[in-house]
Amino acid sequence: MNDAIKIVVVGNGMVGHHYVEQLRQHCPAADITVLSGEPRLAYDRVHLSEFFAGKTADDLMLTSEAHYESLGVRFLCNAWVENIDRQSRQVWLTDGRHLVYDKLVLATGSYPFVPPIPGNDQPHCLVYRTIEDLESIQASAAQSRVGVVIGGGLLGLEAANALKQAGLEAHVVEFAPQLMAVQLDEGGGKLLREKIEALGVRVHTGKATERIVAGNQSRYRLEFKDGEALETDLVLFSAGIRPQDSLARQADLAVGERGGIVVNDRCQTSDPDIYAIGECALWQGRIFGLVAPGYQMARVAAGHLAAGDESFTGADMSTKLKLLGVEVGSIGDAHGRTEGALSYQYQNQPLGIYKKIVVDAKQKRLLGAVLVGDSSDYDTLLQYALNGIELPKYPESLILPSSSEKPGLGADALPMTATVCSCHNVSKGDIVSAIDEGACELAAVKSCTRASTGCGGCSALLKNMVDTELAKRGVEVKKDICEHFAFSRQELFHLVQVEKIRTFDELLNQHGQGLGCDICKPAVASILASNWNEFVLARAHVGLQDTNDTFLANMQKDGTYSVVPRVPGGEITPDKLIVIGQVAKKYRLYTKVTGGQRIDLFGARVEHLPEIWRELIDAGFETGHAYGKSLRTVKSCVGSTWCRYGVQDSVGTAIDIENRYKGLRSPHKIKMAVSGCTRECAEAQSKDVGVIATDKGWNLYVCGNGGMKPRHADLFAQDLDTDTLVRYIDRFLMFYVRTADRLQRTSVWLESLDGGLDYLKEVIIGDSLGLAGELEAQMQKVVGTYQCEWKTAISSEENLKRFRQFVNADKPDANIQFVEERGQWRPATAEEKNRLANSQAIPVRQLTNDTQSA
Amino acid sequence: MQWNSLCKISDLIDNSGVCAYLEEEEGTGRQLALFKLVLADGGQKLFAIDNWDPIGQANVLSRGIAGSIQGEPVVASPLYKQRFSLVTGRCLDDDSVRVPVYPVRLHEGAVQVANVQLAELEEAC
Ligand code: SRM
Ligand SMILES: Cc1cc2nc3c(=O)[nH]c(=O)nc-3n(C[C@H](O)[C@H](O)[C@H](O)COP(=O)(O)OP(=O)(O)OC[C@H]3O[C@@H](n4cnc5c(N)ncnc54)[C@H](O)[C@@H]3O)c2cc1C
Ligand code: SF4
Ligand code: FES
Repeated sequence: MNDAIKIVVVGNGMVGHHYVEQLRQHCPAADITVLSGEPRLAYDRVHLSEFFAGKTADDLMLTSEAHYESLGVRFLCNAWVENIDRQSRQVWLTDGRHLVYDKLVLATGSYPFVPPIPGNDQPHCLVYRTIEDLESIQASAAQSRVGVVIGGGLLGLEAANALKQAGLEAHVVEFAPQLMAVQLDEGGGKLLREKIEALGVRVHTGKATERIVAGNQSRYRLEFKDGEALETDLVLFSAGIRPQDSLARQADLAVGERGGIVVNDRCQTSDPDIYAIGECALWQGRIFGLVAPGYQMARVAAGHLAAGDESFTGADMSTKLKLLGVEVGSIGDAHGRTEGALSYQYQNQPLGIYKKIVVDAKQKRLLGAVLVGDSSDYDTLLQYALNGIELPKYPESLILPSSSEKPGLGADALPMTATVCSCHNVSKGDIVSAIDEGACELAAVKSCTRASTGCGGCSALLKNMVDTELAKRGVEVKKDICEHFAFSRQELFHLVQVEKIRTFDELLNQHGQGLGCDICKPAVASILASNWNEFVLARAHVGLQDTNDTFLANMQKDGTYSVVPRVPGGEITPDKLIVIGQVAKKYRLYTKVTGGQRIDLFGARVEHLPEIWRELIDAGFETGHAYGKSLRTVKSCVGSTWCRYGVQDSVGTAIDIENRYKGLRSPHKIKMAVSGCTRECAEAQSKDVGVIATDKGWNLYVCGNGGMKPRHADLFAQDLDTDTLVRYIDRFLMFYVRTADRLQRTSVWLESLDGGLDYLKEVIIGDSLGLAGELEAQMQKVVGTYQCEWKTAISSEENLKRFRQFVNADKPDANIQFVEERGQWRPATAEEKNRLANSQAIPVRQLTNDTQSA
Repeated sequence: MQWNSLCKISDLIDNSGVCAYLEEEEGTGRQLALFKLVLADGGQKLFAIDNWDPIGQANVLSRGIAGSIQGEPVVASPLYKQRFSLVTGRCLDDDSVRVPVYPVRLHEGAVQVANVQLAELEEAC
């Protein structure tokens, strides 16, 4: 074939653009010109609504002038084609310019259908298709209070959402008796309506609009056939789309009775030199109003020019989406129109879930499905339908909740031929071979197969498949802490220490990239603190901390916090106990004795934390660091002071140790305990550092763990005097802080150390690395710079500013609600909150005035 | 589009979030999480998303750690650590979840937000 062939593409929508890219691949030397009727080149119409969320036209672009230039593709914008002269093979633009073609491709898409209602051509009567349309809607919304969408299909509901988000009172008027009549059956449509109405969009079905006239309260008044009327300031037509086939009509190409340019399996029109693809094309009497079939047509047509023999064989029109937060899915024959089709339904009224599957007469194959309120089964059902996978014995198990034999159809169960991405025609086989050829992460698979870069509908399945395949190959885990630093935690620690780096920004500028994330930021914050021990809420550090560290308290499930004052060794005076009780009572906090021998106060609102802590600090308490990756508690048993078996003062030693290491930031939390004799009532052998009294001194145990994977601590040294004990603990902790991975407890760290316990003894006791002095000095520095973080926090207005629910309002978070249980307050469950909203059946904790002004 | 002034730019914290209240009607309002990110070139960018964490079911997103993933500005929920795009509201760890995103701008020292939110249409294919 002649490569210098002249190809003209009319329309640079999503499909026209895809065609250009495909064609350039097939025919590197073809002379390609693409004519865009819009002021710009192709953009992502599927995600058009994101324009309302602040995405700009630039963000939505699919290509650019530079990209087309690099492909050697000529392009014109604002280039509307008015005429095709098939004799001379020329197209004429409205401005008189004309181009000669050898092959012509019509990718003219469709236009919104505006029903012929008198009054439909006034200002503020708009459509939803292009960026310019959205700009008009924005402008009109700013001068409107009420908006009506005419048309309750998929796009209509998306448009209604846009109006609602623009702050308008939104209505949807639908001619049919239900919403989304094309995709949903009656049951699904009914539930969708209930849900959408509950979200504040008013739905009017079975309404034929007769005329739009001037309104009384609003700009316009819609008059319906049944005599009723609706007032509105803005009218948005979304009553369907019509194929843009006027050029074909003018040029005498075959068009369908109800519009659409007739094409064959190669996407050729009745003139074999003219192709039609995308939403303007009519194949076997059908128009495909989605991007995936359009892309398939683009591939077929581009391939055909290059003598390929692919053909278009129709496309799946299944849809999954989230409208106003309501999940909706529709697959294949949703209405059960196939002969002999049978259906199964599941409906859960309280939760607002409706699911239906349609199967063939033999109950072997899935023909269609409808999901409203919960579309989590969509991917599985779609694969059953698309790949003709045989149904399980009880097909209903596919949609029943928590049915134990629910056959999960993981990526593994799919045949190699299964289509994963229909936009780019990528099969499971293509993905597996991409991985075999070295793509070792999701992004790489995406960029070499293009899967999931169209409408995005396949992204969950793709991720699942890539993960499964990678896991099968036992892909090695990279040591890099995250994508922002190509270093392990240990290497970062070294950089910070050697280069004396004091802030995250410095480290990022010199050794990292991007903005950082929730993995590297807290890890670096911890490293900086272990090295320099600056106040964690200092301006340069505050954004790095996990929320618990930022607010110096542990976040609970409802967004409130817990307060844990330090009680060293678990010893507490009656006066202090009373203060804890008083504070808990005053702020109505739930109190509980913890497993760490102290008292936790739960349910504090963020704005109350400073007041609560001021009272605790005034009574002599300090922060307990229950929030930090740092020393938690040193448990003790009562020891020789009282216990008839005790051989040393375990309480005194526990208190001293706790006071020494409190505030030390580390890779993970650190727990310790001191028992007064070998009976071990303080459970020291389950701690990172355990100390057990002997009649000659102290036995030191290290690297124990309770929790998820308990590990008995190892005996490290025997019969130590107190000074040596402390020196060994200093060295041990600092060595751990320097060399462990992030979130690695000492037990796991020891198991990963080459040489294990013996090596550790050599380093700590034998000083084989000559580090002992340095480790002790570094610990001494941390100990010497200790501050009670709460005390520092409440002493500065600047810090206190963080402890507000809202920067701009003096209000509590209305979602936080409590109910009484066993004489204390606990968070209300979702169901209780519902009940509270409707009645006063459950007593609620109200903030009294004295609490607020405290 | 109507812009509402919420607070001063100096109320925000570099590379971190705060929560602001956007009154809608008398007595009802929305909690917004405002973020100010300082970019590598020293420029700064503001973002506004809903404060409600749809997965953790609490008003906490403003208290998450902000950062970027593959160049996309994100915040990680402080409750269960899912990351949400500050640009699109999409949850990077669960495709079916998205939080509303609002246009935000700096106007004469005031942080302003428009009460228009991203359509929650999930890609359908
Ligand atoms: C309050 C308390 C339970 C209680 O009511 O007793 C508690 C509560 C929590 N523990 Fe614990 N643990 C508490 C004692 C323990 C103990 C017992 C002990 O320390 O003697 C253990 C087993 C010992 C150990 O850690 O080796 C324990 C093992 C864990 C683990 C598992 C650690 C592991 O290595 O497997 C976690 C999860 C983690 O840290 O990743 C955890 C995590 C948590 C978290 C932080 C969960 C969370 O992320 O929200 C809880 C937060 C408390 C809060 O909001 O204030 N908690 N937790 C105890 C507080 C002790 C204290 O005074 O500071
Ligand atoms: C808000 C919205 C949401 C959508 N959501 C989804 C979704 O979630 N999933 C999905 O699969 N699909 C969705 N769609 C549909 C999808 O956008 C279309 O299927 C797709 O854009 C069709 O591409 P096309 O190139 O055929 O047509 P278009 O994108 O309409 O492009 C046609 C182009 O041709 C130009 N043109 C027409 N006539 C001429 C002429 N004579 N001269 C020069 N230029 C001309 C037009 O100006 C237009 O730019 C959505 C559509 C909208 C509007
Ligand atoms: S055991 Fe689990 S539920 Fe109980 S406090 Fe510890 S982390 Fe929380
Ligand atoms: S199916 Fe549309 S992107 Fe894969």
